Amino acid sequence: MLQYLIRRLFGLIPTLLIVGILVFLFVHLLPGDPARLAAGPEATPETVALVRQDLGLDRPLPEQFLRFAGGVLHGDFGRSLRTKRPVSTEIGERFWPTFGLTLTSMVWSVVFGMGIGIVSAVWRNRWPDRLGMTLAVSGISFPAFALGMALMEIFAVQLNWLPSVGADTWRHYILPSLTLGAAVAAIMARFTRSSFVDILQEDYVRTARAKGLAESVVIVKHCLRNALIPVVTMMGLQFGFLLGGSIVVEVVFNWPGMGRLLVDAVDMRDYPVIQGLVLLFSLEFVLINLIVDVLYAVINPTIRFR
Amino acid sequence: MTTTAAAAPVASGVRTPWTEFWRKFRKQRVAVIAGIFLVLLVALALFAPWIVPYDAENYFDYDSLNALPSARHWFGVDPLGRDILSRVLMGSRISLMAGFVSVAAGAIVGTAMGLVAGYYEGWWDRIIMRLCDVLFAFPGILLAIGIVAILGGGMVNVIIAVAIFSIPTFARLVRGNTLALKHLTFIEAARSIGASDWTIVVRHIFPGTMAAVVVYCSLRVGTSIITAASLSFIGMGAQPPTPEWGAMLNEARADMMTSPHVALFPSLAIFLTVLAFNLLGDGLRDALDPKIDRK
Repeated sequence: MLQYLIRRLFGLIPTLLIVGILVFLFVHLLPGDPARLAAGPEATPETVALVRQDLGLDRPLPEQFLRFAGGVLHGDFGRSLRTKRPVSTEIGERFWPTFGLTLTSMVWSVVFGMGIGIVSAVWRNRWPDRLGMTLAVSGISFPAFALGMALMEIFAVQLNWLPSVGADTWRHYILPSLTLGAAVAAIMARFTRSSFVDILQEDYVRTARAKGLAESVVIVKHCLRNALIPVVTMMGLQFGFLLGGSIVVEVVFNWPGMGRLLVDAVDMRDYPVIQGLVLLFSLEFVLINLIVDVLYAVINPTIRFR
Repeated sequence: MTTTAAAAPVASGVRTPWTEFWRKFRKQRVAVIAGIFLVLLVALALFAPWIVPYDAENYFDYDSLNALPSARHWFGVDPLGRDILSRVLMGSRISLMAGFVSVAAGAIVGTAMGLVAGYYEGWWDRIIMRLCDVLFAFPGILLAIGIVAILGGGMVNVIIAVAIFSIPTFARLVRGNTLALKHLTFIEAARSIGASDWTIVVRHIFPGTMAAVVVYCSLRVGTSIITAASLSFIGMGAQPPTPEWGAMLNEARADMMTSPHVALFPSLAIFLTVLAFNLLGDGLRDALDPKIDRK
């Protein structure tokens, strides 16, 4: 097990390295001179030259990359061009609201998605199935920003039940996490259903029924674990979707998270912040996929950690 | 009349994969309706400039700002006095084009990469799959935002970004299918009579992967339309006053308190369009799935 984990961790290095190089090159792909961007629009040519020297932009590319990578490994992403504060501080302040939002969305969407999926599979082609699958296909078709605006209009503006913007109390989490999780819940429901339908037709399920077990025992003890194996993989993929989706949802609800920070940074061409955020989002995504793979191995006894 | 009567039994007697597919697809009423809806939508989008009651960008009805739907303005009027129906109709051109072009580009590049990776394996496979891993390491829309940050905003760059974002999915899908197909007897037979790699890949393997690619395209167009609209919504795609659905919603955000109907119609337009693509994709998938019995 440990060996498997270590091997997988080492397997991440090439991917992360390429991601790092791409993020580093990002500055040089931007139209315009990064030194001029950093110095500001009114800077004199002398200032721009000084800034260029200061940021090391006059050195050869490989040396610049080593400097960048060394900084990143020490948690130093440079300074924001807009606020002049270290990027790590900027991101640090925004990390927890986004983390909390993605986590609450993940939890409710997995619970509901799997619940709907199982109900639909068990009552296949009957009304609970039709209702569940209609909801699910609507969920994947409704864009998060439109759903967010609709929920805000109904529950915050018209009914005045919940706050509309900000992230101060748990009540602030309800609408954004509903919005963010809706598509994931829908995908999980569809996926769980099809996985469960396959399992319900297995011979061992028939055997379990034939020996007179209660249907609830058959579902919970014989089907659930086996049906969950592909569902767990799906969960990992969906987490990336949530991280990406949080960007849009944070804009709708004016959420003080990393997604809004990213959108503002792109607007302001604050490239050190963009670099830091893209790196962090990718790292988070890759790590979550690793965790999911390990979980997958834990619940699936046929995988021996080769 | 007699000719058709004579031809009919022959036609139904021959079971080509195509007629089989069509027979199964026709039975899925929801998917057929979705397909018809999409055909109508494409027609509306094509003829929109001649259909729209008012100019989508330069007509301003100052007497009925924020007006609710009426006989004169079926979808109402926005806070600037523009006719929402005209804007939604013109917007369908942008969203459908963004969806189709980006998916087509992503599917072509991704399929080519998947065929090469699956057929040659070895180094080609490793390099292509590593590239896909890297593209996959950026969650969803983030990759598109990064590309837009480099290329600058605007709809063309959004389409490029969304296309790149679709490549790895197609590459993986086609690679998997190619790996499964290449060891089958008919490929071996083709090779034994001296067919070149090119002929084998293009004539024999590629058609076998087509079905999966088509299904994925349909499901993918929906996702791409949402992604493109999302980018416009956060201000990185189409810019106001362009009547792009996502951009229209972004504009409507400021006036949600006073005129929520301005946001309603673009939302419905995106929802119905994407829903139709998803339902069609589901139907195509089920019709192509050999596991689903003909009953």
